[in-house]
Amino acid sequence: MLRLFPLLLFFVMSFNASAAVSETQQSALPALVEQLPNTKLNKMASLIEQIAATSTPQVSDILQPLMDGDLYYLKADKRVVSVFKNQQKQYELMDVLTAEVLPAVGKSAIKKVRTNNRLRSQIRDLLANLDLTSTDADTRITALKQLLDNPNQTGLTAVNKLIKSEKDDDARELMSVILLVDQLETGSTSEKLSAAKQLSDRLEPTVKNALVKELDRISVDSASTSSTSTDTESSSVEVQSAETKELKTVLTNAISSIEQQASVFSLAENLFFGLSLGSVLLLAAIGLAITFGVMGVINMAHGEMMMLGAYTTYVIQQTFPHLIEYSLLMAVPAAFLVSGFVGVLIERGVIRFLKGRPLETLLATFGISLILQQLVRSVFSPLNRQVEAPQWMSGSLEINPILSLTYNRLYIILFSLMVFFSLLMILKNSSLGLHVRAVSQNRDMARALSVKSSWVDAITFGLGSGIAGVAGVALSQLTNVGPNLGQAYIIDSFLVVVFGGVGNLWGTLVAAMTMGTFNKILEPSMGPVLANIIVLVSLVLFIQKRPKGLFPQKGRSAE
Amino acid sequence: MKLKKLIVASSIVATGLMTNFAYAADSIKVGVLHSLSGTMAISETTLKDTVLMMIEDQNAKGGLLGKKIEPVVVDPASNWPLFAEKGRELLAKDKVDVIFGSWTSVSRKSVLPVLEELNGLMFYPVQYEGEESSKNVFYTGAAPNQQAIPAVDYLINDLGAERFVLLGTDYVYPRTTNKILEAYLMSKGIKSEDIMINYTPFGHSDWQNIVAEVKRFGSEGKQTAVVSTVNGDANIPFYKELGNQGISAEDIPVIAFSVGEEELSGFDTKPLVGHLAAWNYFQSVETEENEAFIAQWKKYIGDDKRVTNDPMEATYIGFKMWVKAVEKAGTTDVDAVEQAMIGIAVPNLTGGIAVMNPNHHLSKPVLIGEIQEDGQFEVVWSTPDTVIGDAWSDFLPSSKNLVSDWTAPIKCGNFDVTTAKCSGQQF
Repeated sequence: MLRLFPLLLFFVMSFNASAAVSETQQSALPALVEQLPNTKLNKMASLIEQIAATSTPQVSDILQPLMDGDLYYLKADKRVVSVFKNQQKQYELMDVLTAEVLPAVGKSAIKKVRTNNRLRSQIRDLLANLDLTSTDADTRITALKQLLDNPNQTGLTAVNKLIKSEKDDDARELMSVILLVDQLETGSTSEKLSAAKQLSDRLEPTVKNALVKELDRISVDSASTSSTSTDTESSSVEVQSAETKELKTVLTNAISSIEQQASVFSLAENLFFGLSLGSVLLLAAIGLAITFGVMGVINMAHGEMMMLGAYTTYVIQQTFPHLIEYSLLMAVPAAFLVSGFVGVLIERGVIRFLKGRPLETLLATFGISLILQQLVRSVFSPLNRQVEAPQWMSGSLEINPILSLTYNRLYIILFSLMVFFSLLMILKNSSLGLHVRAVSQNRDMARALSVKSSWVDAITFGLGSGIAGVAGVALSQLTNVGPNLGQAYIIDSFLVVVFGGVGNLWGTLVAAMTMGTFNKILEPSMGPVLANIIVLVSLVLFIQKRPKGLFPQKGRSAE
Repeated sequence: MKLKKLIVASSIVATGLMTNFAYAADSIKVGVLHSLSGTMAISETTLKDTVLMMIEDQNAKGGLLGKKIEPVVVDPASNWPLFAEKGRELLAKDKVDVIFGSWTSVSRKSVLPVLEELNGLMFYPVQYEGEESSKNVFYTGAAPNQQAIPAVDYLINDLGAERFVLLGTDYVYPRTTNKILEAYLMSKGIKSEDIMINYTPFGHSDWQNIVAEVKRFGSEGKQTAVVSTVNGDANIPFYKELGNQGISAEDIPVIAFSVGEEELSGFDTKPLVGHLAAWNYFQSVETEENEAFIAQWKKYIGDDKRVTNDPMEATYIGFKMWVKAVEKAGTTDVDAVEQAMIGIAVPNLTGGIAVMNPNHHLSKPVLIGEIQEDGQFEVVWSTPDTVIGDAWSDFLPSSKNLVSDWTAPIKCGNFDVTTAKCSGQQF
């Protein structure tokens, strides 16, 4: 007790001290907070404004949970609390004014303080102003970006003061951009001139908007002055108009230089989209390139192998709910094994009896694909399953303000290339690969040299199916995991393999990337529906011209 | 011994058949025309269960006109032409007194000629594009002016939107709705360069380009909002891509007309939180009627996790209205019930009273909700009063002069007010 006493004393004193700083404002806050539960949404904006204006330390404790949707009030006594949901599905409460922790309650005892999108963006602006003085450089930069997009007077004054003492280079640069944009809007003509010159290499959309707005204003002004000015007017108008003219050219140049850069980056963005679509096609087709390309089996159940891989990811996430971050890493080998195992079963159970009868193989595997779909429907449910994205797969890598690459696509491009090259290695350098190539090129001769051809067939089919399963893991991050997942990709897979040249892995790579990029370059001007049609039609024409695809196999093995 | 058994068995069968006949003779038959297999099964099975629940409830209360109600369930299997066939089967063979059914507009259009030929009666419970009013159909879902137009008003007035992206799946409902919305936005003084329209195929999953384009469109200094008529599971990759490209609901809010509780259940809702949907009903609305309905539904279906949604409320209201109309008319005769229906009032689950108007559309409140993390919606805006469903949009040049009025003396689904003529077309 004795030991506790100084601590208690300290609390009381510190509370007193902070109260002394702004006693009037402090007293206003509880009354404002009291209004939160009863205020209608259209009156909330001014209330939030008033709360922020008290600039007491509790402001961010109130506004932050309000923005996140964690601010509630007790139904019993309308006390405003911030809420944290604990593991027992109880709500732990903290009084926002006194920071007093209250006993946890169930959901029925509390009610949310409502906000809408507009209020939340207002709060975000207000909180950004508070964050300007944060000690963490990243927080400051985020706050500055917010301020740049939605400039307000409080923020601008703060930035004006802070810019001299700012240590972080990026933050200082942003600050100067903010001030320059402000100058461009409110400054004198000469200030505007220098601001426009300095802003000509900035890519932030806000900067361009400000430049365009200024240019529009000048054009309107000069149009009106030229119509009203007469010869008798003083020459000062002419001086001014000379300066305005210069400003006009500077603005036009700045805008065109920004636009030029923007168009380069938008091309790069499109290319990235194309590669990412290509990598998805590659993943889907690469397993088929083995089973169809190397073995010559038309496997209509290939899409369902991908579906099984995606469902494996789901099962892994359900079994290890605390390891979502690592779930994909675990799912890759698991999906390979599951789909590979099913592949071997299909080969041993069905396909080996249908050797050399492509039509029957096609029908049988189509039947298998329907069976597998129905199986998944009965085991899991006909509804789509929810596969969560780990944190490292969400968000995007910001290269500059107008070009950012989403992480999930980036990883999938890398992943598809990894899968491709490891498969290439297996086929080129391992003894299994040697046997596979031997059997596919000349079955009788390989058997004469004591290669167990039936065993090789099963393993090869398993390998192709396993890779399809791995592709399913990647697809679970991009699209819906449901019984029809495979159907959406099977046609594309066959197209890629045929386009690339049957039996040629490099052909598959080039074909997938070409189709992806072509599609994405057409899409902005034609829309997704027409782009797909054009890709398909040009593919048909290409196959007419070169029936064996991009890279036909040469020599005796081709026959 | 064997003979004895046979006689006993056959007599049991015979009595069974006879009671069946006797039962059928004084029962009222309700046809249920919802897909129980195929792509639409996910949504439509729920509505079949809702109708069955309502019938069970009504029978427990003593039936209708002193008779039991007997459901006749058929499965049109998400196959549009099959809707016409199964509809004919219900009307001609089973002689049902009323049909509850259909979800997609194309399936409704398919069964419509059959209904008019055999003079059947159908209740259609889903929000749709309007531009139709048949004597034989009651539309208990929202017309565009009960969903799309108020949603856009909300975006303009409350969120200050100045630019609009109209995204949709490529079929009749989004195309007609977007045509109406475009005309409406133009009438509100929005320039055509501030409206971007884009259509995608069913099940579209690669949204990179479109989202990047929306982002660019939204970064030109004006508050931008997306109006989405994207259908079904294409929504999830779309919202995911929005999240990944760093567009939050505060930057560019998306308001959807086809995303409800049922669609959200079982999805990873993280990227959707804060985005909007416009409906006439949300499960989260706290009224006594709604709580009773939710409890009844969960008990009937035997699953505590099942949700309720807008088309279910529309089915609920439609069924209650039909029961009232039959009681009022004292018969199940289609023409009598059709006239009795007009003016029938039933309490909404979200408060207020739904009234059947002479144009066969309902008066309903319009609600706008924000998606929450648990897959429910929080109402952020609602119309102060109910809105009368308008069969023919006032914003399309081809239909602005048309009205629908099935009461005497007009008795027409598409009456032209300028020429005072009813076109020969039935619907």
